[in-house]
Amino acid sequence: MRQMAWKKRKSMDGSMKNRARVSGMTGLGALYRKELADHLKSKRFLILLILIGSTSFASLYGALTALGSAEDSNFLFLKLYTTSGNSIPSFLSFIALLGPIIGLALGFDAINSERAGGTLNRLVSQPIYRDSIIIGKFLAGTAVIAAIIYTMGTMLGAMGVLVTGLKPSGEEIWRVLIFLTFTVIYVAFWLAVSILFSVVCRHAATSALASIALWIFFAIFMSLVASIIANAMYPINNEYNAMVNSMNHYTLNLGINRLSPYYLYSEAISTIMNPGVRSVNVVTVDQLIGAVSGYLSLGQSVLLVWPHLTGLAALLLVAFGGAYLGFMRQEVRAN
Amino acid sequence: MTEKSRNVIEIAHLTKQYGAKTAVNDLNLSIKRGEVFGLLGPNGAGKTTTILMLLGLTEPTEGSALIEGMDCTRNPLEVKSITGYLPDNVGFYSDMTGRQNLRFTGRMNGLSGKALEERIAHLLNRVGMEQAADRKAGTYSKGMRQRLGIADVLMKDPEIIIMDEPTLGIDPEGMRELLTLIRELAQEDGRTILISSHQLHQIQQVCDRVGIFVGGQLIASGTLPELEEQIRRDGSYLLELEVQPCDDRLLGMLRGQEGVLRISKEGNTFLIDAKTDLRASLTRFLGEYGYTVLHLHQRGGDLDEIYRRYFEKAGQSNETNGMEKKKKHGWKYEK
Repeated sequence: MRQMAWKKRKSMDGSMKNRARVSGMTGLGALYRKELADHLKSKRFLILLILIGSTSFASLYGALTALGSAEDSNFLFLKLYTTSGNSIPSFLSFIALLGPIIGLALGFDAINSERAGGTLNRLVSQPIYRDSIIIGKFLAGTAVIAAIIYTMGTMLGAMGVLVTGLKPSGEEIWRVLIFLTFTVIYVAFWLAVSILFSVVCRHAATSALASIALWIFFAIFMSLVASIIANAMYPINNEYNAMVNSMNHYTLNLGINRLSPYYLYSEAISTIMNPGVRSVNVVTVDQLIGAVSGYLSLGQSVLLVWPHLTGLAALLLVAFGGAYLGFMRQEVRAN
Repeated sequence: MTEKSRNVIEIAHLTKQYGAKTAVNDLNLSIKRGEVFGLLGPNGAGKTTTILMLLGLTEPTEGSALIEGMDCTRNPLEVKSITGYLPDNVGFYSDMTGRQNLRFTGRMNGLSGKALEERIAHLLNRVGMEQAADRKAGTYSKGMRQRLGIADVLMKDPEIIIMDEPTLGIDPEGMRELLTLIRELAQEDGRTILISSHQLHQIQQVCDRVGIFVGGQLIASGTLPELEEQIRRDGSYLLELEVQPCDDRLLGMLRGQEGVLRISKEGNTFLIDAKTDLRASLTRFLGEYGYTVLHLHQRGGDLDEIYRRYFEKAGQSNETNGMEKKKKHGWKYEK
């Protein structure tokens, strides 16, 4: 038996000897494929899909019931995404709040589960660059995120069109696409954050908790912190203070809030999805004199949130850069 | 023949320091083609660190390691494409089958299509895992994981195989198969194998040469008889003798022999500590006086004895060693 196995091997040796040329990209490709397949087959993905799907339908339902009483009949297609009704939040606010959980769920055990399972050792001993492991994971996660977001976003629109018979204009479609792209970047930021925690924390549970804590902080507590600091710096507790400080107070409050990716993203998408928003900063009465009330064109809306996009992209880069550096500098030694 | 005698692994002055602790201290070692080399040492001796440096996964503080003339730190990709590494406690993706795990490794090594499937089938056959190949890897026993690990290492058709504690936690039958396989890989396929272990008996059965590694230093290396000789030169001979009848005349005679240092009795066996090899003269004497020799054995021929002696020596020469090691453990757990 052994003899036979050996003979078989001999005959195969001829073809085996010319070992496949290995380049860094081969490894990245293989890793990307595997991660993508893992995500798509996992129960986690299914749960996320159900979660996002059901909230989307709920928000669409709310929007449809409230749409009838809208006083402004311009950009009605966009209102499918932005209107809340029957005390159901709009798709926009749902996705701003729940979007991060997609990123967190896909990344919180990216590195530490490999480490715990002893597969990291095996991975790094393959002829691949070490960074292709973390890059492959991030890219696969981002691809899954993009798939979920674009699918849900377009499906929501399509259903709205079917139910209401609205005909979206080209500008509205562009606005929705830009909004969805913003969302992908925002969620990818949270993916990068959770990968960072998975590099830093040894246990998947710890990194999951840490990233969820960060998410809750930005979504809920950041605005409290911002107003506390703004109140302390520029109190507006009496008439005189209110007169002198209110401008500074508001600006500082806004500035601190904008450090939070949640706020940054919310502000950006509400500007994009609502052409009526003409400014994201404080506007004095003085500045408004002579202004014609109207909608902003798409280009102007984008210009208004360009800093937000830059800020989100920077946050994404910082988070992923941190994860990357941490991973590259870490010892591979198991335990 | 010149090809045969070339050194595949060449380690010169390799040193690795973690802060103030020296994990590997000025290691010099060369391993020839087709050789099975056993790196023996207690836990925490720096074996794994050495292996990680050979794979370019940890940077040496000083010195160099070459595999096939390629610097392991500078060309890790090339080195890893011809070097297979079987980590201790090898892990597989538990929600993938054995076959899928191998396929993933094959892809990372640039294999695809028919060649990939053929090699997977062939290797599964070789390690005797065909039956379990399509079961989830999470259900595998330790022994099965080890066998799949060997198939995994062979996926890239390596010229050099490095195994870290391959015999740990394997049952005797699995052990026998494993050792046979290791022998085959070296003798029939002509691969060079480096095994790190603290289990002497298995190493003894399978290795051409061994190196004894204590406290980051290679204190001896060579074939078993060479090591034995080395011990003898600075130690003494210990002879086990069991005869019939066992009387005082014999004891007196033994005492009178030139070179005998000490005689003790262990059960029915005399333990004779001597300066020279007594076997020849003793047999002649016993024959003359009509004693029947039941047991005559020169101790030191097995690795156990060699190992013990070297550790004793290392312990004596390096009192601070123990303290250092304690610190090192602390560091390891902390991570």
